[in-house]
Amino acid sequence: MALAHVASSTSRSNLLRPISAFISPNLRRQLSTDDTRTLTIETSVPFTSHNCESPSRSVETTPSELLSFFRDMATMRRMEIAADSLYKAKLIRGFCHLYDGQEAVAVGMEAAITKKDSIITAYRDHCTFLGRGGTLLEVFSELMGRIDGCSKGKGGSMHFYKKNSGFYGGHGIVGAQVPLGCGLAFAQKYKKDGTVTFALYGDGAANQGQLFEALNISALWDLPAILVCENNHYGMGTAEWRAAKSPSYYKRGDYVPGLKVDGMDALAVKQACKFAKEHALENGPIILEMDTYRYHGHSMSDPGSTYRTRDEISGVRQERDPIERIRKLILSHDLATEKELKDTEKEVRKLVDDAIAQAKESPMPEPHELFTNVYAKGYGVEAFGADRKEVRAVLP
Amino acid sequence: MATIVGAATALSASKSFDSRKLHLPSRRSLSVSERKGSFLVVRSDGSVVHKAHRAQILITNAVATKADSSAASTASKPGHELLLFEALREGLEEEMDRDPTVCVMGEDVGHYGGSYKVTKGLATKYGDLRVLDTPIAENSFTGMGIGAAMTGLRPIVEGMNMGFLLLAFNQISNNCGMLHYTSGGQFKIPIVIRGPGGVGRQLGAEHSQRLESYFQSIPGIQMVACSTPYNAKGLMKAAIRSENPVILFEHVLLYNLKERIPDEEYVCSLEEAEMVRPGEHVTILTYSRMRYHVMQAAKTLVNKGYDPEVIDIRSLKPFDLHTIGNSVKKTHRVLIVEECMRTGGIGASLTAAITENFNDYLDAPIICLSSQDVPTPYAGTLEEWTVVQPAQIVTAVEQLCQ
Repeated sequence: MALAHVASSTSRSNLLRPISAFISPNLRRQLSTDDTRTLTIETSVPFTSHNCESPSRSVETTPSELLSFFRDMATMRRMEIAADSLYKAKLIRGFCHLYDGQEAVAVGMEAAITKKDSIITAYRDHCTFLGRGGTLLEVFSELMGRIDGCSKGKGGSMHFYKKNSGFYGGHGIVGAQVPLGCGLAFAQKYKKDGTVTFALYGDGAANQGQLFEALNISALWDLPAILVCENNHYGMGTAEWRAAKSPSYYKRGDYVPGLKVDGMDALAVKQACKFAKEHALENGPIILEMDTYRYHGHSMSDPGSTYRTRDEISGVRQERDPIERIRKLILSHDLATEKELKDTEKEVRKLVDDAIAQAKESPMPEPHELFTNVYAKGYGVEAFGADRKEVRAVLP
Repeated sequence: MATIVGAATALSASKSFDSRKLHLPSRRSLSVSERKGSFLVVRSDGSVVHKAHRAQILITNAVATKADSSAASTASKPGHELLLFEALREGLEEEMDRDPTVCVMGEDVGHYGGSYKVTKGLATKYGDLRVLDTPIAENSFTGMGIGAAMTGLRPIVEGMNMGFLLLAFNQISNNCGMLHYTSGGQFKIPIVIRGPGGVGRQLGAEHSQRLESYFQSIPGIQMVACSTPYNAKGLMKAAIRSENPVILFEHVLLYNLKERIPDEEYVCSLEEAEMVRPGEHVTILTYSRMRYHVMQAAKTLVNKGYDPEVIDIRSLKPFDLHTIGNSVKKTHRVLIVEECMRTGGIGASLTAAITENFNDYLDAPIICLSSQDVPTPYAGTLEEWTVVQPAQIVTAVEQLCQ
């Protein structure tokens, strides 16, 4: 993600900008984020392929990209932790599924594609939305049901969308977004856009029948669809091996090629997504299995520790954490000092806090919003409550 | 003027038995041509008179031979005569010509021509990218249609039979109906979902469903039911142009209705009921195939001195309470005749809407005649008893107007 924007004066307009825009001119110079030297970095784990060649393990990147990865993932992590606190403070209600641990997938994927490509995902969608250019204010407003939310407070945690940068949601029914994603890919082919769709789903959804139906159609019609299985190893509380006879999700497409990727390594994700996009434009669908991990439970009611050990979680945190991996890379290549990275973290923390404060100020939706957006274009027909005295039926 | 071209007429047209059509993979063997074929076998095996007679009885019961005033306005005008499925096809073709984002997807809609011939010839004209034969996977191809609609395409998804759309219920409800709302208005879903339903061809329980009642409570979708070639074409065109997801209900028994329709282009309103026969004594609300049962009963009623007002409500969601309300204010009596299920059906919703809004104008309790709450039986006689018959309508009106 390019850090092209210079931070502007008011904090309000700052919050409305994509996360990569937040960086003070001073810090930019220090961290030399416009440093576009090419660095070649080896992924820690090789790709495993099914019915296709593996991409190279050597990933090309730049210092500015690594720094933006760090910053974006730190923002995402901080945002999810803050959402957790807000939930406990009862400011966020309903369902809330957190993404912390899986940030490398959202960030790596964005680095490989453009906003003209489409992304559609399930309900763990906050960070994907942020990666697509959504703002912290929109996130927290939506989570708290305020009018400034990306869906005007009507969608909630599971229904984030950003039409102008190709983010198609945010869907609450496990697996049902995959046919939609393949439909997006169909539209891309229909309109000869030359773009692709990434349809994300979890390892739980990987056992849904509609996934295989949609994959079959996509393969038949050579659609530029990339099915991305974010394998965090638990479908709610059921471990993958208890739900899938074959947990090698990248092989599940049979006739469709697949690639298993270390989903905790943003650079590996970037490499795989770049590869997949090229493949999909030429040959049709491909499956990417991102081996990743969620630190939180499935949702807020799940402590996340009944079906897995605390040692397992802390082990992943210590050895595979996506942010720590990038931090180490930055330090070992001498692109920034430890203190500078700490400052970045402090800075994003403040941005998150500011966004929350501002979201709290955002008003709840007006009562009339109840009836807007049920149908596109009003038909002059308004419904009233149970005690309604009359129905206004004005036909055009 | 809507007249019937029954199965028998269609039969005599197809002289030779087309064995090719019986070799289809028959998970759901119900295509028109197949049925015609099997009828032909029946006719040629000796019991010609009996079988043909029986078929005719069923058909005449199902749809009145003549509808007095329906679309009478177009009958005398110049125009062209066609069958209802051809009218649907004409509407589809005109919209595909007009708008390159319109595409059709469904099982056997392309090379085969559609199991009820609604999409016949379109694949040749528009190619495989715009007329898409899908695998038998309703859930996902409906979902794909919705996904494509999110980007601005206008797909028309055909459910070969309404019953099959139950497999896509999640997509229709959660994504089709609610996405516009949950996205705060960011996405529109200009999709049309259409297909035949209804009782009357002895297709058995699963293939004789009236799913209006299932779909009616999904917020955000519109539902219309066509009943004449004229409104079939007009509603098809309106549904395609609508920014909202529309479910268009067709009826297996009405595909062969013939009518003269105008040559010039027209579009019907998706939110407007159709006044079939103005009258003074009682308001009869109906839709789809039951319109013809009502019109048959209306003839008897007129002979008995009643003057019923018949309204084809057409718009099943939302209701055209404007037209309905004006009629209630005039006649003060309401009879609802529908093919939908008694429990939780369209009639039940309509009854609720009328009592809530126009109760003060009613002189008698609303009577609602619906299908029996049973899975549609196969046997012809039982099937006939499942749906409302004209005699029941006459009795109900007499009771209402006492």
